Amino acid sequence: MSSSIHFHFELHRPGFTLDARGSLPARGINALFGESGCGKTTLLRSIAGLETGIEGQLLVHDECWFDSFQGRCVPAHRRSIGFVFQENSLFPHLNVHANLLYGWRRTPRKRRQKQPDQVIEMLGLEPLLLRNCTDLSGGERQRVAIGRALLNSPRLLLMDEPLSALDRRRKQEILPYLERLHAQAEIPIIYVTHDLEELVSVADHLSLMESGRIIRSGPIEEMLIDTGLSIATEENAGALLSAEVEAHDEQFKLTRLIFPGGSLTIGRIDKPQGARVRLRIHAKDVSLAMERPGPTSILNILPATVLTLTPQGNSRVIVSLSVGESTLLARITRKSESVLQLRPGCKLFAQIKSVALHT
Amino acid sequence: MIPALTEADISALWVTLRLALVTTLILMLFGTPLAWWLSRSRSRWRHIVEALVAMPLVLPPTVLGFYLLIALAPDGIIGGTWLALGGQQLAFSFSGLVIGSVLYSMPFVVQPMQNAFVQIDSRVLEAASTLRASPLDRFFSLALPLSRRGLITAATLGFAHTIGEFGVVLMIGGNIPGETQVLSIAIYDHVESLQYTQAHLLSAGLLLFSFIILYLVNVTDRRSQRRDPS
Repeated sequence: MSSSIHFHFELHRPGFTLDARGSLPARGINALFGESGCGKTTLLRSIAGLETGIEGQLLVHDECWFDSFQGRCVPAHRRSIGFVFQENSLFPHLNVHANLLYGWRRTPRKRRQKQPDQVIEMLGLEPLLLRNCTDLSGGERQRVAIGRALLNSPRLLLMDEPLSALDRRRKQEILPYLERLHAQAEIPIIYVTHDLEELVSVADHLSLMESGRIIRSGPIEEMLIDTGLSIATEENAGALLSAEVEAHDEQFKLTRLIFPGGSLTIGRIDKPQGARVRLRIHAKDVSLAMERPGPTSILNILPATVLTLTPQGNSRVIVSLSVGESTLLARITRKSESVLQLRPGCKLFAQIKSVALHT
Repeated sequence: MIPALTEADISALWVTLRLALVTTLILMLFGTPLAWWLSRSRSRWRHIVEALVAMPLVLPPTVLGFYLLIALAPDGIIGGTWLALGGQQLAFSFSGLVIGSVLYSMPFVVQPMQNAFVQIDSRVLEAASTLRASPLDRFFSLALPLSRRGLITAATLGFAHTIGEFGVVLMIGGNIPGETQVLSIAIYDHVESLQYTQAHLLSAGLLLFSFIILYLVNVTDRRSQRRDPS
């Protein structure tokens, strides 16, 4: 299998065991998600070649980077990767410009994929170039770190919770750049996070880690609606849908979107007709009605069929719903479940109170 | 009467400066990789090497000098081998003094460098390794510039300490003017023969020299601190 990443790593340390095996597509953004201490950073560092004492194998783009059985280990500096650390990995004795060019200067001319000007423009780094790295804000530092990794012309970009040290506003400052990176889709990215919401807007593929193992892996849309996984019971659980801008309503400042399941009306967005957007419909924002409700302020009401009912704690139930070709999640109380006498196969109406939009 | 340096004093000064300079150069050249290894290695040999390097700190210089004298003698391990390889006699020669000084001043050079290297954030080195920098490249492009202050301190301490050396030189150098007679021994000689004026002159000179060196180290230290607030 070409253009994918196959790995199997074993590492035993006091109080911690990593036993991760799996395959990831070598394109798009792969989110590696799990609680702190589950081994996701260790897995990422193993892929980069920064961990010692591991056993196993690693194949990237059909090339063997690591095989402890054959005693083969390509050192980190020959792996053509980009690695963005959680924080403070800039070289303090060099200014921003010299930091950015550190890897670029060491990349053979023919292998350089990007020119410094492109990356500087994409990440908005122009005003920082002559600044000292120690005078930058956290958000600026991470932007420089991302730019530096990109200018290394990586064949694989590894990001270890690059936004975790930033506050909400700084995160919002960086996410658009990640989305741009994603839109260009040239370099596969493995992105470690413990905050799924941070990444849901940009990830394509999701791997779930628990105590050193990868427990499930798949396209993010499918993973998010799988009620067998713990992420479906989290506060922010909900479906991720891909939709297209159908029309704008200039009178009421609204936009109609179509998705494989129907159409949705949301506040006017600044996207041309036909543009693709990603929508997040949180389970807590979906309520259920057995009959089409009469006059209501809720704009989005879609006919749906109950697929499964999964109890969450003592008082709540996660209902997965088939809406056309799509699946949505709804979170309701056990009391409502009992009053509505919900069973798999029930036909009903899903009222969507709000839709979170991701570009 | 204006005290003046005798010809022997000037040649002692010259020998001392030459000795300190050569010793410092050799120590910077070989001590830097050694300090780097000590700061990064997890080998069990590390602690043994560390203890060996630190020995001159606690050992009476005469003990070191005594064993060096035996080793450097024409029938000793080092001296004999050196003669067999076509070299000149090491004991009671300038080269012998250099060997002694290198060993004696080693901890003063290696330890400040090691401390500086240890303080480098390993994340920074890891980041460089993901940016195509080989271990040697990382050493030159990051480790050295990031420990600039430690390197300056190391060189200064090594130089100053060699200038003040007495015991080891006395044991292996003898007291040959122009070849192995250094300042500290010249002072000793003056005192022995009750030439206090000459002794004062040289002693005060060394006193002033030591003060200036330490002052300069502090000043450069503070300046570079101001330059990078990290």
